[in-house]
Amino acid sequence: MRTEEMVCIMCPLGCHLTVREENGEITVTGNRCPRGVEYGRQELTEPLRILTSSVLVEHGELPLVSVKTNKPIPRKLIMQVMEILKNTRIEAPVRVGDVIINNILNTGADIIATRNVERIDVA
Amino acid sequence: MVEKSVDVLVIGAGAAGLGAAIGAAREGVNEVVIVERDERSGGILNQCIHNGFGLHYFREELSGPEYAERVKKIVHQYPNINVKVEQYVHQIDYRRKEVVVASTEGITVYKPKSLVVATGARERPMGGILVPGTRPAGVFTAGVAQRFVNLENRLPGKRAIIVGSGDIGLIMARRLTLEGVEVVAVVERMPYPGGLERNIRQCLKDFNIPLYLSHTVVGIYGKERLEEVVIAQLDENYKPIPGTEKKFKVDTLVLSVGLIPQSTLFKDFLKIDPWTKGIVTSSSGRSSLNWIFAAGNCTVIYDLVDWVTEEGSVAGKFAAMYVKSNWEPAKFFIEKGQNVGILFPAWYEEGTNLNLYLRVKKPIPEGTIRVKQRNNLIYSKKHLNMLPSEMLSIKIPESKIGSGDITVEVLE
Repeated sequence: MRTEEMVCIMCPLGCHLTVREENGEITVTGNRCPRGVEYGRQELTEPLRILTSSVLVEHGELPLVSVKTNKPIPRKLIMQVMEILKNTRIEAPVRVGDVIINNILNTGADIIATRNVERIDVA
Repeated sequence: MVEKSVDVLVIGAGAAGLGAAIGAAREGVNEVVIVERDERSGGILNQCIHNGFGLHYFREELSGPEYAERVKKIVHQYPNINVKVEQYVHQIDYRRKEVVVASTEGITVYKPKSLVVATGARERPMGGILVPGTRPAGVFTAGVAQRFVNLENRLPGKRAIIVGSGDIGLIMARRLTLEGVEVVAVVERMPYPGGLERNIRQCLKDFNIPLYLSHTVVGIYGKERLEEVVIAQLDENYKPIPGTEKKFKVDTLVLSVGLIPQSTLFKDFLKIDPWTKGIVTSSSGRSSLNWIFAAGNCTVIYDLVDWVTEEGSVAGKFAAMYVKSNWEPAKFFIEKGQNVGILFPAWYEEGTNLNLYLRVKKPIPEGTIRVKQRNNLIYSKKHLNMLPSEMLSIKIPESKIGSGDITVEVLE
């Protein structure tokens, strides 16, 4: 049997969870919503995180467009994904929700834009 | 100089100001103008590219820019809302009800029937923590570092220490780490963290960044650029304990020691809390002057932007009601009872729902939040794990509230 105390990160409420594993069965207590059960189970087996960062934009009103993974990805892949984002450049304009990288590192998650960046053409 | 009459004028196009404009437009007034100092609307949300916004207001987890885009979309549904950027409020003549605004168009004197103040907050500066040593380059507030990294594509340095464990500090610890800056420590003078527990987990523990509780900075050294920061442990009276010093070779210090409501423009004519600097308001968002309303971080520092937008909408709605019918009901005091540190709002106005926001004075593992009006208990609920760093929100519908002063307490 394995027991872990953890704080749910699914929302800013931060419920204190107790996650127990016994004979392959995981039970979660202390949660105030079903998302806590999901989180506790996942955190004990393979922690997942949404990654937010930014990507360089050419000809944009801003030099960067903010991005995120549209689904949580394994925590252990975060620095690898960051390396890919660092070497990515896209052209303005960008719209919220635009897919910038499909199925990053075969996680099933896409990197999507989280803001609009208008195009500015310099003569 | 141009004079312009308007129904509702909103100062600030961040989460509160946009919410206020929506609230006023929904209530049905002719014209709502928002004046914004920055070159775009959205306020601080534009640089908060991390996740965690919108779960209450949009029932979906969004990043800051996404949240701003959603709110702007609602604003655009109302043709009578006019958002004007790069506008600087120069002066307010509260007797003549005039707001003087400077912009590239020149000077505009607005004559609003009601005003909503949504000016947000500033970061507490370095001077606020009185650290001995030299004053080299490389010391930034967290918001400035965030603006550099997330909007301007610049890194503040290579090796950083973060002072203050508020949410912005924790989020910047992660952000800098992701961008290749080595974050050697987060230092917090209190015995518990200042930010949300989820951020301790996903911003510090995920990246093995050490958190030093009950520690403070006792020295900052460097000739031109920051070279060394010395920290020490604090005793129970918050005095550094000799012999506990630790030295860190860093070129960057990021300061996240709290926010202060931006209320100085109004200090001569509105009631301001002398301790928090927040504009004192009632449950309708009304300030101490009947035609001026205020909402968001210029009134009290919130944990969630969702609450800011919601309270913005409340203030906007009642500002519009004041325009339409000079609405001004009786008001009652809301007082702090035991264990209550921060309490908002200060007055209850009859006919409104009461959205209370509070912070406990000290950590309370198990307690009961009670709201009394005279001798009637109008709200009582058990609550676990209450921390000063986590704001509590309580909604009491109008139907449960009568007349008389109100007290809010937390029993252990």
